[in-house]
Amino acid sequence: MAASLASAAKLLVVLGVFALGAFLQSRGVLPGILRHWSDVVYLARQHIELVAISGSIAALIGVPLGIVLTRGVVRPYADAITQIVNLGTTIPTLAILALAMSVLGIGSPPAIFGLVVLTLLPIVLNTIAGLRMVPAHLIEAARGMGMTGTQILLTVELPNALFVILAGLRTALAINVGTVPLAFLIGGGGLGELIFTGIDLMEPTMLLAGAIPTAVLAIVIDFLVGQCQFWLIPRGVNPLR
Amino acid sequence: MIRLERVTKIFGTITAVDRVDMDVPTGAVCVLLGPSGCGKTTTMKMINRLIPPTSGKIFIDGRDTAGIDEVTLRRSIGYVIQQIGLFPNKTVEENICTVPDLLGWDRRKSRARAADLLSLVNLDPAIFLKRYPKELSGGQQQRVGVVRALAADPPVLLMDEPFGAIDPINREVIQDEFMKIQAELKKTVVFVSHDIDEAVKMASHIAIFREGRLIQYDTPDTILATPADSFVADFVGGDRTLKRLRLIKVSQAMMKEPPRVVGEDTLETAVARMREHGHGSIVMVGPRGRARGMIRLDEAQDKKGVVSEHVVPLPGVIHVDDDLRNAVSMMFSHGATWLACVDDDGFYTGYVTQRGITQLLGASDRD
Repeated sequence: MAASLASAAKLLVVLGVFALGAFLQSRGVLPGILRHWSDVVYLARQHIELVAISGSIAALIGVPLGIVLTRGVVRPYADAITQIVNLGTTIPTLAILALAMSVLGIGSPPAIFGLVVLTLLPIVLNTIAGLRMVPAHLIEAARGMGMTGTQILLTVELPNALFVILAGLRTALAINVGTVPLAFLIGGGGLGELIFTGIDLMEPTMLLAGAIPTAVLAIVIDFLVGQCQFWLIPRGVNPLR
Repeated sequence: MIRLERVTKIFGTITAVDRVDMDVPTGAVCVLLGPSGCGKTTTMKMINRLIPPTSGKIFIDGRDTAGIDEVTLRRSIGYVIQQIGLFPNKTVEENICTVPDLLGWDRRKSRARAADLLSLVNLDPAIFLKRYPKELSGGQQQRVGVVRALAADPPVLLMDEPFGAIDPINREVIQDEFMKIQAELKKTVVFVSHDIDEAVKMASHIAIFREGRLIQYDTPDTILATPADSFVADFVGGDRTLKRLRLIKVSQAMMKEPPRVVGEDTLETAVARMREHGHGSIVMVGPRGRARGMIRLDEAQDKKGVVSEHVVPLPGVIHVDDDLRNAVSMMFSHGATWLACVDDDGFYTGYVTQRGITQLLGASDRD
């Protein structure tokens, strides 16, 4: 019964997509978007590059920062330091990009800087939350059996916090993909070029040619990180399986 | 094996452990007992230096633990905690092999040992080795917890209320299993508990703590028979003499080489034998000495015939290795004042009486 309902729903989705496609085709939107196809491909590559570079940098800074903030001496100051990181999220994105541009000039470096600042917080916060959620008795058991601090971090704390850390990365990348279009405003490239030009020229098909791939990209990246969460995390601590 | 010399721990202004001296011999199960906040857990954690002592010395096997690197020290001591603390990201096998892996043992050797140890606690290795802790019941998890502590074959085990979070029925079973393993492996165990019954059951030595001080350190029977002060007496409970019943085996309270008759004896012989010993009844045994029934003096004295014609069932039969608690319980439930004792093969080897038990308990109480 449930299976037949699910397959019926799938059929409806497929039919819906077909109907939408036919509708868009008849209104001339689809040919309009396809006219920009070579631009879309070129800009999407730039877009993905920006996401990949800024996302990796944010993860490479955020996860170690989160780990450090849960260690001995720094632990009491963790909240104060996360507030500083928080500033990156509270300042409007455009303002960050403008500030970055005034220091780093035009192009992708200021865009990447702005994106890193923006996506750092969820990664840091989730790393801290994930590590804090590891039950104290696990760490006591590990210490009592003679593990060193590094061994406890690598074999007990991180594997048990990994789900929450990856959830933070997932949020961060979703924000990141959605913010990259703004990079166009400071010459960083990406699908924002089609979106903003489309707005300026009052040409909705051009706007859609930028917006739809951005949305698809966000969904695909979210799906990929979700798959990482499913397969990378040991079964014993994976709520998904 | 483990010796504490004037060990003290001070947290800020609170003295958690106050000049404790203790000597735990090799192969002993030493239960640290006391109300919460009495310093028993702190004392135990100072042995593997999870808590560093403020002053005093702790020796394991004659070596001062302060001179051993703490990681090395802990790898040589098994550690079991109440919350079990199995790593949820690792399988049962990986959990058991934690310390062997830290010590760099050969993988094949440690994995084989994990399987052996699992069967020791009645968990089928084929089923459980590859499972994750969340797929086990609480009792199974704590069995794995105990086995994990034994994996690298440490001479010393520290257990922090290991069976405290397990339901009473399973707790009894696991305690029995642990006692069996301990009888075989003869580790030196320091065991924290707040449950006097558990302590009486498991311990070869009991250390009673109060406000950081070691009040009494003795065998369970001595503590129950002669508490050092009113605190200990209150702590072990008003029924402490009943608790002692558990520590004494039937064979220790039994009257050996009892009078007996066989089926072919005449009633006169039986009556004469009862009179000779001053007994009100006598046990009839089979040809090879198994207890079969009994003859009562008041019923037999004026009758004639052979024993087998007048035999009545025994009031109760108890195994010589049972404890006196079971014996007394059986006496009460059968309304009997004595029980016949038999060995593994059912041979009649003696009898216990209520009066005998009372005298035994009274005698050592007055000692």
